[in-house]
Amino acid sequence: MSVSLPHALAVWRRNASMYARTWKLNILPNFFEPVFYLMSIGIGVGAYIDRIGGVSYVEFLAPGLICVAAMNGASFEVTYNIFVRMSYEKAYDAMLTTPLQPEDVLVGELLWATTRACIYGGAFFLVVAAYGLAPLPHSLLALAVVPLAGLLFAVIGAAFTLRVATIDLFSFYFTLFLTPLFLFSDVFFPIGERLQGGWLWVAEVLPLLHPVRMARACFAGTFSPILLLDLAYILLLSAGLYAWSRGAIVRRLTS
Amino acid sequence: MEERGSAPLGRLIEPLVSLRGVAKRFGERRAVDGVDLDVPAGACFGLLGPNGAGKTTTLRMVYGVTRPTAGRVHVFGLDVAREPRQVRSRLGVTLQENALIESLSPEDNLRVFGRFHLLRGAELERRVGELVDFLDLRSHAKVPVRHLSGGFQRRLAIALSLMNRPELLILDEPTTGLDPAIRQAVWARVRELRATGTTVLLTTHYMDEAERLCDDVAIFANGRIESQGAPRTLIARHLAAEALELDCGAIDEEKLFGEGGGSIRRMRAGNRLIVYASDVAPLLERVHRFDESGGCRAVVRPTNLEDVFLLLTGTRIGEADA
Ligand SMILES: Nc1ncnc2c1ncn2[C@@H]1O[C@H](COP(=O)(O)OP(=O)(O)OP(=O)(O)O)[C@@H](O)[C@H]1O
Ligand SMILES: [Mg+2]
Repeated sequence: MSVSLPHALAVWRRNASMYARTWKLNILPNFFEPVFYLMSIGIGVGAYIDRIGGVSYVEFLAPGLICVAAMNGASFEVTYNIFVRMSYEKAYDAMLTTPLQPEDVLVGELLWATTRACIYGGAFFLVVAAYGLAPLPHSLLALAVVPLAGLLFAVIGAAFTLRVATIDLFSFYFTLFLTPLFLFSDVFFPIGERLQGGWLWVAEVLPLLHPVRMARACFAGTFSPILLLDLAYILLLSAGLYAWSRGAIVRRLTS
Repeated sequence: MEERGSAPLGRLIEPLVSLRGVAKRFGERRAVDGVDLDVPAGACFGLLGPNGAGKTTTLRMVYGVTRPTAGRVHVFGLDVAREPRQVRSRLGVTLQENALIESLSPEDNLRVFGRFHLLRGAELERRVGELVDFLDLRSHAKVPVRHLSGGFQRRLAIALSLMNRPELLILDEPTTGLDPAIRQAVWARVRELRATGTTVLLTTHYMDEAERLCDDVAIFANGRIESQGAPRTLIARHLAAEALELDCGAIDEEKLFGEGGGSIRRMRAGNRLIVYASDVAPLLERVHRFDESGGCRAVVRPTNLEDVFLLLTGTRIGEADA
């Protein structure tokens, strides 16, 4: 069954209605988190580090942390929230009594998770810009990377969620998958300067590196052809996992 | 609710829902095992059967979320497997378990559901208002669902399934767990919907509900239909018209009905014995003579659908079939 965008948007709208009821409460933590990061690194670690990759340490961290914010925003939505809606709240069973198809549900959820990523990542960008750490205008291009990172981690998480049978497995997803990505994807140190040979290739395979490299280039204002490979990586992996998730959600919802 | 135009001729001939040789296996388990079923347009049709008999699975195949392992399902003359969107745009389903958004109000739940049917703007608001009134939700229309009573939540679940003004309404155990007043109110709404031409397909564990609401019922056991027809017809087909209930051990039973009463059908649940006959007066006479103290607590009543259900589904605890 082909996807119907109006129906998918009805699913997006469902989640948005719930978010909108408490948006002021929901959105506040998104601003506090970057403030705490920048304060801690700025007055703490940053004081011991002179310059890194040609900039101050907070400036080095900013673009990477924006991508991490997008990653986290999308990931929570497509793991715990989708699982709860699917298995406990039976929300999808209710949706499938209407003209909605499983594919519409998936697309609606991915769009919503991407939206959450944009809210998270966008808030982080605003704080970074307010601190004067986002060189304008070229760093604004990083705002285009946020939805890409969001979409990528939305499909990765959804593919995982549609496979697992119990909610307990999500802690593995966060600690064994997302945490290493966070630590080894060019966010905290230039991996090119620290990792050797084979490990560099391992890092290249990991998904977070690619949006981080793109965002970093936007902040620096220097663009190289490798960014096209990063873009291709994000789009191809997203498309592949989307195709897989489509089959998985049909199997899962229409037994 | 608005009146729909009279049904086109074709509908009178073709059943609104038609299942042919439908089966569903989950691994080794045969949840539904060769079901033929026709629901005429405008009818109220009930699926009865013990827990796990396959009622919900059958309904899921009707609205196309469970794919049959074998057989064909047609609704509105359309093949559900081929055209699920078209079919579902014309029917409504109240699930066995409510799936409401607890943090939203009834009105907002209705709005969300209406958007799944691509309703918008003034039309959406009009239907939300209509259904809030139709199911008496007005007093709590703006309160988060999690603060509402079970009866309120169930009525909201039914309201959701009416959002698209369905031609076919599917109700999976609509009144389980509701108090008598709310059950009556739900029945009244179902009757009103039928009066405007809506076809109803429901499941229930309450035989009185089935007898009251349904023109026809099908009794399921182990994924198969044991018998189907109008409740009165089913009773007449399977059991005599009158039932005599009494407390009676196996030995007394033998003394009372053992000799001479060999052709009388009996069912037993613990110490309670039910005896069926077209005229139970002579039997009652016999019981009174035997039991002068009245310790048997004998009761005479018309045979009902519950008797047929117990007979056909084999879920009675123990039986003494002559
Ligand atoms: N998705 C599934 N996977 C495996 N088995 C299933 C699935 N859905 C239903 N079953 C099994 O199929 C059988 C029929 O279930 P179904 O829910 O249709 O029964 P039911 O008549 O609606 O029962 P109840 O009165 O308890 O609601 C049961 O044994 C049930 O465990
Ligand atoms: Mg059921």
